[in-house]
Amino acid sequence: MADQKASTRERMKGKAPKFTIPTDEWMDVGHVGCQGCGGCHAMRYVLKALGKKTILSIPACCWAVMPTVLPYSNLKVPMLYTAFEVTGASISGIRAALDVRGRSDINVVGFAGDGGTVDIGLQSLSGCVERGHNVFYIMYDNEAYMNTGIQRSGSTPRGAWTTTTQVGSTEDWKREPKKNIVEIMVAHRIPYAATASVAYPEDLVRKLKKGLEIKGTKFYHIMAPCPTGWRYPPEKTIEYAKMATEACAFPIYEVEFGKYTINKKPSKKVPMKDYMMTQGRFRHLPEKEIVAIQKEVDYDWDLLQKKEQWTKDFK
Amino acid sequence: MVRKVMTGNSATAYGALVSGVEVVSAYPITPQTTVVEKVAEFVSDGSFKGQYICVESEHSALASCISASQTGCRTFTATSSQGLLLMHEMVHWAANTRSPVGLVNINRAVGPPWSIWADHTDAIAQRDTGALNIFVESAQEILDMVIQGYKVAEDPDVLLPFIINADAFFLSHTFEPVDVPDAKKVQEWLGRYDPPYPLDPDDPHGYGSLTFPHQWYMELRYNIKRGMDKAAELIPKVSKEYAKLFGRDHGGLVEEYKTKDAEVALVAMGTMVSTAREVVDRMRDEGHKVGLVKVRSFRPFPQKELREIGARIPVLGVADRCYTYGQEGPLSTEARAAVYTLKDRPAIKNYVVGVGGRDIHVEVLRKIFLDIEKVKAKGLDKESVWVGLKRPPGEPPEVM
Repeated sequence: MADQKASTRERMKGKAPKFTIPTDEWMDVGHVGCQGCGGCHAMRYVLKALGKKTILSIPACCWAVMPTVLPYSNLKVPMLYTAFEVTGASISGIRAALDVRGRSDINVVGFAGDGGTVDIGLQSLSGCVERGHNVFYIMYDNEAYMNTGIQRSGSTPRGAWTTTTQVGSTEDWKREPKKNIVEIMVAHRIPYAATASVAYPEDLVRKLKKGLEIKGTKFYHIMAPCPTGWRYPPEKTIEYAKMATEACAFPIYEVEFGKYTINKKPSKKVPMKDYMMTQGRFRHLPEKEIVAIQKEVDYDWDLLQKKEQWTKDFK
Repeated sequence: MVRKVMTGNSATAYGALVSGVEVVSAYPITPQTTVVEKVAEFVSDGSFKGQYICVESEHSALASCISASQTGCRTFTATSSQGLLLMHEMVHWAANTRSPVGLVNINRAVGPPWSIWADHTDAIAQRDTGALNIFVESAQEILDMVIQGYKVAEDPDVLLPFIINADAFFLSHTFEPVDVPDAKKVQEWLGRYDPPYPLDPDDPHGYGSLTFPHQWYMELRYNIKRGMDKAAELIPKVSKEYAKLFGRDHGGLVEEYKTKDAEVALVAMGTMVSTAREVVDRMRDEGHKVGLVKVRSFRPFPQKELREIGARIPVLGVADRCYTYGQEGPLSTEARAAVYTLKDRPAIKNYVVGVGGRDIHVEVLRKIFLDIEKVKAKGLDKESVWVGLKRPPGEPPEVM
């Protein structure tokens, strides 16, 4: 470890630092998340990018318990706990109140899980985006209701085992593809929507910093793998998050005022089978189903590239 | 002060405006609709300078008000019926976050079948939330109670949301002359709302979090109990203070009418009280010793006041504009509980009346008063009766 540090320092000697991730920490040690929790990385990077002048509103989700029990918190910014379905409404209210009191310098951030966003919270999110409040909305996606114990959400991918899609003898795995929340946001004519991943923190931080320059609602869909729910060893979180992007199951792209830009284009696509077989939640899948899923992923990737093409001249 | 002829809904919006609310978030529902329209008018003519969020549901209306309140602003919303029921989760949330959000509920029946007329089911469903639950009988009282609501609710020892209940159409859409007090004077009296722990990056806290059974949940709930007790203390005091400044005193938790020498009395809430007052006058002229008790605050409940009244008056009729299935009218249950500890308890008979906006006219109330007198003469025959029901075949015994 010490050797590695020394060599990094040596390599950096005389060169301008390339690090784009701020060294400030707004998340202290002591959270009670699982080992290898992707949601923790997401929070840490989001706060690094947005800094001290940030207010968080968090609905029921893993992060509603992870900062530890009352009266302690491992976050160094104010964190408002709110009901499951109201993140969009809550950040609308905070923004309005800050604007009345002349505090437009403070960033208001909704930080919700996938179920709290694409399912129960979709209405209030839609209202917030349509009204165009100047806020950030982060959805950290662990692809199921993980805090309640791995139940299927609208963001659970096709093929997954969850405790409400138990496979069994009737092959009752999740049959439906995940909702495309970014497309739902784009359909609102949102000024900025992006995907990001804990595997690519520089990209994530850059996108949030870009959001600071954009007035209106900014939406971020952050891939945050969950070792507990996906059934893989905790040290593999970053590796598998990366694989999800390299398999094009979770493309990294941004949509600015309707213009699509794909930020990560894998030189060689990782087959979906290779990605899925790393995780216990997919291991039951027969070849036929994997082929069908691969076809869906290929189609979506193709469509996304076309959208980038179609919109490349947008200004 | 300006005197204007206006509806209860206008009085609602003016109440919020002169109270200096900073964030209004609301969603339209009949019969509250003209409240949100009036607020929009204030926005368009520049008289309201705060933020008006036209949300996509009542649930979000209250949710955004709570978050704005926690950020440190005076907030307001209004709704009715289904809207209040949709908000219900957040009414609890407002109390549990100690957010003194102001809410006017235009009482309306709950569907199905659709009925947009007066009924108290929506308000009574909020009984256990920790919100102050106030019932009024005139547009003037709506306006005055919105202002007084903030004075009570924002007290550092209270910090609870308040609901002002006004009957659909009888108040929401009926015109009456209303005094609108000077906004500056009202706001000077209320002061600026500054909660003890607003959301502030310079002083970060977690607002909510998780707490285990052996930790703080029970203590936090006990604190809400204390807040509500404090509100019970403050409501009459604030009313007196308001009377000194603005010239009107609507009373404390209850308002008594001709009860001093009354042999029987009717206990009621909302607009039917106005009609009952008229009936009391007419019956007094005929020599009946009847009185009236207007319950103004359902939460905090006037436990002490009703006990004291029950010790004086041997028979009470309690009128409810809604029903608790499997029990009786909710106000009646509460009144019975209040007088239970008395050695000589009054007889209490419950009258379920005006459900779904059915008119409670003079004759209906006269019939009730005469029946209460009958209880005094002959003893209690039935605990609870439905009044003015179209009689189905077989005539069930609880129908009067």
